[in-house]
Amino acid sequence: MVNMEHPAMAAKVLPADRQEIIVKDLNLWFGKKHILKGISISIIPNNITAVIGPSGCGKSTFLRCFNRMNDLIEETKIKGSIIIDGIDIYSDKIDVYSLRTKVGMVFQKPNPFPKSIYENVAFGLPIKGITNKNAIMEKVEKSLKDAWLWDEVKDRLNASAFELSGGQQQRLCIARALATDSEILLFDEPTSALDPQATNKIEKLLIELKQFVTIVIVTHNIAQAARISDYTAFLYLGELIECGATDKLCTVPKDKRTEEYLTGKFG
Amino acid sequence: MYNKTNIIKEKLFHFIALFSALCAIIFLSGIIISLFKEGYLIFKEVGVFHFLFGKSWYPSQDPSEFGILSLLIGSIVVTVLALIISIPLGISSAIYIAELAKPKEKEILKPFIELLASIPSVIYGLFGVVFLAPIMMKLFNLSIGLNAFTASIILGLMVVPIISSISEDAISSVPKSLREAAFALGANKWETIIRVVLPAAKSGIISSIILGFGRAIGETMVVLMVAGNAACIPKSIFNPVRPMTSAIAAEMGEAAVGSSHYNALFGIAIVLFVITFISNIITEQVRKRIRTK
Repeated sequence: MVNMEHPAMAAKVLPADRQEIIVKDLNLWFGKKHILKGISISIIPNNITAVIGPSGCGKSTFLRCFNRMNDLIEETKIKGSIIIDGIDIYSDKIDVYSLRTKVGMVFQKPNPFPKSIYENVAFGLPIKGITNKNAIMEKVEKSLKDAWLWDEVKDRLNASAFELSGGQQQRLCIARALATDSEILLFDEPTSALDPQATNKIEKLLIELKQFVTIVIVTHNIAQAARISDYTAFLYLGELIECGATDKLCTVPKDKRTEEYLTGKFG
Repeated sequence: MYNKTNIIKEKLFHFIALFSALCAIIFLSGIIISLFKEGYLIFKEVGVFHFLFGKSWYPSQDPSEFGILSLLIGSIVVTVLALIISIPLGISSAIYIAELAKPKEKEILKPFIELLASIPSVIYGLFGVVFLAPIMMKLFNLSIGLNAFTASIILGLMVVPIISSISEDAISSVPKSLREAAFALGANKWETIIRVVLPAAKSGIISSIILGFGRAIGETMVVLMVAGNAACIPKSIFNPVRPMTSAIAAEMGEAAVGSSHYNALFGIAIVLFVITFISNIITEQVRKRIRTK
């Protein structure tokens, strides 16, 4: 177990309906391979938590536990619990599909559907039971505005999403995830396929977005974690080595392995 | 010295490869030329309109009539019915194999369906004559089991593997990232298949259907054996028909070379050729349009 510590928390007032996301002793196996080993951590609402660590340390797999995307991989076994809004998402009662409308995900490579910009953002709405045309249009507009894409696409909502640049496509994917009123957004190295300018824009957008959503971001870029995140968790070989406020973890890491990773000794 | 032989070698290979590539063009143009050389006379004799839409096909009577409407309708009825049967079967089996089957099921199902495509058509015909026709007679209380509907069922079965395997390839090649995107938005398996995977595989699925169409309209042996072979316009799908292909195959032997009948059969071949040619062009256009979208 890792000592959980969240300094400066007391000063923050949480929205009444947002509780901490609590991960309790999470273990995950793919077949016989033990990928995640007893991870426990709290994710603070309306903050950005970065998950860092060398390749193959299980950080993407860990991220995919929050929306149960690992369920899609055969022979996955999970023990432990993740409590979102007071409910364990690994209990039998949970509806995975409605969980995923609440916990959105943005992937490493922008993956818009081969449909129009409008259809991309509207995709999740019928799943949530929203079928009224005006309501959908309103949602699409709001989500695109929230993702800082509206001004660039408002005149061509029916154009193919593939006409957009990489950075725009990634913001479209963010809009698509926001449209279903996600409370939590998971980002899996969202800028690794983008150029520095587009990366910069997305980073600024994430900081802006945390007023609506809780953000967990996996990144292999330590500088990025330092720039945008409030909290950082360091994963190594499937174990959570250290977590805490980003400025502290990055400047005075407690664990030797964290220090070595941050200074580039491995990874 | 060394350089010289090298250059000769290279030129030789270049020539052989070029010749092989040209062969396709040579054969195709040879076929087209001979088709039109023999066939255009009938268009001259009876006129294109009368040839295509004339209701009577009496090639060996005096006076003879060369209207292929009944044959054309025979082909269209049989082909359309075959597609109505094979499209849903082919596409849904493709969805099952690509999206739902466990790896073991896939290992068994895929080769079996592809095996269906490799059975010679005469065996399909035999199956139709011996097994299916009697069943159809009993089932629908018919006086003859060899009719348009029976032929369509057999043809449909033959087209299923074409539609299934090409659609399955198209569905399987839809990137995983699109499926993940849909799942991550809360879509379940069916919503993902219907709203993301199938639209993304659209061009492959449509070309599989057009290829199936070409197979069905060009198939000869099965319709010759099973469709009943009556050159008249069918009043229902349970009437016997004579599609264009079986007319050519059945009558070519008895038509004297150079006679009007002989030319008329080549005329039918031209019609068939044009139909399949157009369907190929449509396939290409569909693919292009979807690709650039």
